[in-house]
Amino acid sequence: MMMSSSDQRSHVDRLIADGKPLEAEYEIAQLWRSDPSSAAFVVSRYKLIRSGLSLRPCKVAIERSFTLEPLENVCRAAAFVNGIDVTLRLGPFNAYAQDMLNPESGLYQFDPDVVFLAVLTSDVAPELWTWSARTPDAVAQGLMQRVVSHFQQLIETFRAHSARYLVVHLLERPAYPNQGILDNQTLVSQMAIIGRINDELRRLACRQKGVYTLDYDGLISRVGSLNWRDEAKWEAVRLPIRSEFHRLLAQEWLKFLHPISGRIAKLVAVDLDNTLWGGVIGEDGLAGIKLGKEYPGAAYRSLQQALLDLRERGLLLAVCSKNNIDDAMEAFDKHPEMLLKREDFAALRINWNDKVSNLRAIASELNVGLESIAFVDDNPVERQQVRSVLPEVQIVELPENPTQFESIVRNFPAFERLALSEEDRERSLYYAAHERALELRSQSKTLEEFYHFLHQRVVIQAITPLTLTRVAQLTQKTNQFNLTTRRYSEQQIQAFATRSGWRAYTIRVIDRYADNGLVGVAFTIDSQDTCEIETFLLSCRVIGRGIETALLARIVEEARQRGMRHLKGRFIPTKKNRPAHTFFRDNGFAPLDETSEGVAWQLDLQRGNVPWPAWIELLEAEATV
Amino acid sequence: MDESVFKEVRQLAAETFQTEEKEVTADSSPDTLENWDSIQHLNFVLALEARFQIELSAEDMEGARSIADAVRIVEARISR
Repeated sequence: MMMSSSDQRSHVDRLIADGKPLEAEYEIAQLWRSDPSSAAFVVSRYKLIRSGLSLRPCKVAIERSFTLEPLENVCRAAAFVNGIDVTLRLGPFNAYAQDMLNPESGLYQFDPDVVFLAVLTSDVAPELWTWSARTPDAVAQGLMQRVVSHFQQLIETFRAHSARYLVVHLLERPAYPNQGILDNQTLVSQMAIIGRINDELRRLACRQKGVYTLDYDGLISRVGSLNWRDEAKWEAVRLPIRSEFHRLLAQEWLKFLHPISGRIAKLVAVDLDNTLWGGVIGEDGLAGIKLGKEYPGAAYRSLQQALLDLRERGLLLAVCSKNNIDDAMEAFDKHPEMLLKREDFAALRINWNDKVSNLRAIASELNVGLESIAFVDDNPVERQQVRSVLPEVQIVELPENPTQFESIVRNFPAFERLALSEEDRERSLYYAAHERALELRSQSKTLEEFYHFLHQRVVIQAITPLTLTRVAQLTQKTNQFNLTTRRYSEQQIQAFATRSGWRAYTIRVIDRYADNGLVGVAFTIDSQDTCEIETFLLSCRVIGRGIETALLARIVEEARQRGMRHLKGRFIPTKKNRPAHTFFRDNGFAPLDETSEGVAWQLDLQRGNVPWPAWIELLEAEATV
Repeated sequence: MDESVFKEVRQLAAETFQTEEKEVTADSSPDTLENWDSIQHLNFVLALEARFQIELSAEDMEGARSIADAVRIVEARISR
């Protein structure tokens, strides 16, 4: 029973009038998916309800050589539906160079979180579009050099004026090369030169922190350049993209906005029957389920491959299924075509409880917030139940046709990452160790005994070029044990390091089970005789073992050595950081004052002290390299 | 003028030009609706294309300068 888009709109407006923002949000999202003409409506209604939703803010600037005005609403609507509230500035038409080169320009005044630089091949290098077979190699080389230096100047100037993210669209190639099949018979050709310019742009981006490229040509080839282009709109208003594909470009931008705004999924909770395989294991049996390299089992195997790839990217996997555990385990252990093994999952919830309770259990077992969980289930009823009880959980909308499962998962923007740290790749192992430690804790007679048994060794040192990525990532992702929850990019942290009185601490933890890697960060600033803790955070997987006390003890000791009289700190409460709220009091700090910026705490360094936890061993930095 | 096409065009116009549906009539044009500028005109044309699954030519874009004209152009495209 489909409602007309007109009825859907009235329904949304009724829900908003009745003060039901969550239900309205769901209906708006449905409308957005089914009605391609709904962008303006979606944006205007989200504006009415956004204060009642927990959306991540993100300021986006688009610098462009062509008409992108219609993308404004499309991008904002797509972002809203995905939990991100975008404030957007579109640079003046074809004035991207002026905007980026002039430090006084509207771009820098806007100070966006991220800038997309969208330039068409035919705009930046018309010669590449009017290429002739007679173009001498030397001219082609010169042209390539000119285009690359143009981008290099833009990127470097931008970096000199801004520490924010920059995403450069790579150049697209024509549908048909001007010289036909001849173009492909030489090394210096129209297509080859565009490809080489793109290689150089990737190289430029890799050299700068926080600069990325977007494979615009790859995006076009997903639908085909003949479909992509709208010649009538191009000639009339310089809009080259057919309207039905505006969403595809917005989706590609979203893949950057998710990691930049911190709206990411850290854990994927998947169903089993008719999701990881076709059929029902409890009824069809091991030989009866559909899974393999041919139809109809291939679709499920492809989804498993996509999930494995997410695991390699550092996401955690969990099973959330209504099944008999023995049946499910038989499939994992004995089915020859299963790509995913039970060790690939950080948690298994296979029972007859409802999915909501199981998701809650997974969240608390793995210390992952519900808003960081993505739920993958073929059954729309289960999805709806989860959505209505746990609106924070990100729902992956699987279509009815399983052959589309894989691409839906691969295109889900909250799975994207801007960088891969070693810690990410090994995180699943830590969680396995964490589970063993939890088991052990229940066996230890006292907590202290447990701590000693854990045999924790820590390394505390300043940020190094090798740890910068991880430090920035921790500030962006850590929610629970985070006193101030200030999010920083790598570039911002690098900029801090030049301030006088500024110090950074990182802490790495090794225990009986695993090298947990870099798990804690603190920044402090000295001002006269007071040292203030600006940032203090600890990854949730090591909370409650005295690591936080060790880091604080080190800060106290060093501050005293520098002749500081006071150590000041601030606890800024958020929805998530309850686990840290007694931290200052527990360590002998006295409350100073309470403002809208949280409670300030102070430790008198002449009287008070924070003792080093006896069960933690401090290692020298060199000893572990 | 087909009443159902008119209603849908009016709805899209109200959303695009950020006004109430009752403010939009067959005679509404860039002269009568405050937000009907060249950028919103493009958005209006694209919304028509998306809603009716049609493709409008450069002449159509030029021609759709009132609600009545837009309805006429949409009807011509749908019937083809």
